Amino acid sequence: MMNSDGNIVDVENLTKVYGGTLKAVDGVTFQVKKGEIFGFLGPNGAGKTTTINMLTTLLTSSGGKAVINGYDIHKHPTEVRRSVGVVPQEYTADEDITGFQNILLCADLYGLPRSDSKPHAMELLQLVELQDAANRKVSTYSGGMRRRLELASGLINYPTLLFLDEPTLGLDVQTRSAVWRYIRMLKEEYHMTLFLTTHYLEEADSLCDRIAIIDHGHIIKIGTPDELKATVGGDIIEVGVAEAEPDLSADIARIPLVKDVKKTDNTYRIKSEVGEESSIQIIDLVRSKGLHVTKISLTKPTLDEAYLELTGRNIREEESNKMDAFKQRVTMARARR
Amino acid sequence: MTEDLTRSTVTTQEKVAKEEMERERAFREAPKMNKSPLHGMWALTNRDLIKWYRNPIQLIISLVQPVVWLGLFGKAFNIAGLIPSNIPGLSVAQIDLASFGTTSYFSYLAAGMLAFIILFTAAFSGMSVVWDRRFGFMNKAMSTPVGRGAIVTAKVLQSVVRSLIQAAIVLIIAVALGMDTTYFGAFTILGTFVMLFLMTFGLSSLFVMLALRSSDWQTQMAIINLLNLPLLFASNAMLPVSIMPDWLKTVIRFNPVSYAVDGIRQMLLGTNSAAAAAAGYTGVLAPLWVDFAVLAGFAGLLSILGIVLSWKLLSK
Repeated sequence: MMNSDGNIVDVENLTKVYGGTLKAVDGVTFQVKKGEIFGFLGPNGAGKTTTINMLTTLLTSSGGKAVINGYDIHKHPTEVRRSVGVVPQEYTADEDITGFQNILLCADLYGLPRSDSKPHAMELLQLVELQDAANRKVSTYSGGMRRRLELASGLINYPTLLFLDEPTLGLDVQTRSAVWRYIRMLKEEYHMTLFLTTHYLEEADSLCDRIAIIDHGHIIKIGTPDELKATVGGDIIEVGVAEAEPDLSADIARIPLVKDVKKTDNTYRIKSEVGEESSIQIIDLVRSKGLHVTKISLTKPTLDEAYLELTGRNIREEESNKMDAFKQRVTMARARR
Repeated sequence: MTEDLTRSTVTTQEKVAKEEMERERAFREAPKMNKSPLHGMWALTNRDLIKWYRNPIQLIISLVQPVVWLGLFGKAFNIAGLIPSNIPGLSVAQIDLASFGTTSYFSYLAAGMLAFIILFTAAFSGMSVVWDRRFGFMNKAMSTPVGRGAIVTAKVLQSVVRSLIQAAIVLIIAVALGMDTTYFGAFTILGTFVMLFLMTFGLSSLFVMLALRSSDWQTQMAIINLLNLPLLFASNAMLPVSIMPDWLKTVIRFNPVSYAVDGIRQMLLGTNSAAAAAAGYTGVLAPLWVDFAVLAGFAGLLSILGIVLSWKLLSK
């Protein structure tokens, strides 16, 4: 089910207050479009997990509205649960039973008939390349295998929308890239919508179609990775010109999309909204004046810089509260097994 | 050779096509889901039971305690031996009958031990809630459409099944060690297990309820110890009420364990028989139907309370 404007998640002013004063999530408003990968980027304790918990109806909100898959989280929590998949931050599989049994158990909890869930569970295990470990107890799995099992369990109820809370927390590089591959595959081949949280900048940058930067319970900015990077002020183009004179600064500044020009000796340092377009025009301009370009470089601003620009500081590792910190350490320790 | 190569290419192609098809299938429309509020309850119960019967050490250890009580304490506590046997007109059998309403302290204690094993198994039902919270499984279950009441009831049911099986084993051991079976019959044994069922249902609900918000097993252990010993000792499970001070007698009347033990003794040992009354036994707490009524009320009240609380408290 979908509302008319194609948003699969529609959140308005959602708030969570603990103990009357502590605002873990402070009036967030955002939409997730059908078929995109939407990311919540922010440090630990920013309110990412709290938001996911409210949207998946594990926590009741203190105020605001949210409609998921056409169902209001307050009025129809069971329908919301039925229609979305959840891959929580911690490992939730039962270690004493096999991976296959774990997925079957999940299917039972969704009320799916065994005639369907048995073949489907096997298919999902194949999808995350766990078919060979299907009948082994989860206690023998490595951290990466467990993460993949969590992913498969989250897909058992044929969700159109999947929530992933810190999907690569504590994973090694290979497993991380495997998880990224699965996430992209879910979007591209199965046309699923994915909502993920992360505090890894490179994860948000490489996976997400749109990112919401969240800190202290507020959404600071929402945009595509490129839009967020653009807040830094644009791409940096450095052009070396053989002749120091005449000064071309004023001419370069007139080029569309160029925002700022600085000249030191023979080098121009130019900020542009779209560096690729501007750099060609700059070369043309320099040549049209009969001068010679000696070198040119184009630097894209990274998400790190954008994050710094928007929040005023680097993404930080911060203990949110004792229990959350403990859980995260447990998750990371188990991931490394 | 060429043929072989062609064949292997074909198989690879077939394999790729098959995998492709399987992936397609993986995301077809969802089949109809069972939307009954009780769906998933048996799956959750079964999960705990599978883990229990695959680990028989746990069962054996949990049986050791009541069996040791029975074998050592029950056999050693020979009340007739305490009284000089040369008092004229007083036989050992009569002293036992007057004190315990049955032929020996061992039989008397055996009935109490059935309540003991139920109480201790039920007490740990809350522990499995704590573990599930700690290891994340509870969050997984809560993110599915399974009813909150079903999660709680499943925890209670697994404890009910375990404690009844353990009670049956304790009963068999007690009979093997010499428990009086004069009053054993289909109805008395069935009645005993109905009584035990009501008791474990109520107690398991209580301990699961106390664990609903907890993810800390140390607190849970403290709660178990805090409740278990008073529930056991402020009851008639180990010793006859007649030797207790008046204030303790009053406390015992408010302890549901007492009614279970009283009912079981009436049914299995005939403590309400005319012979026992004639010998001077005054340990009967209440008429049998009152025992059943109290236990049924206890089980009903606590299980409803547990389900109501689960709607409020069972969240992240």
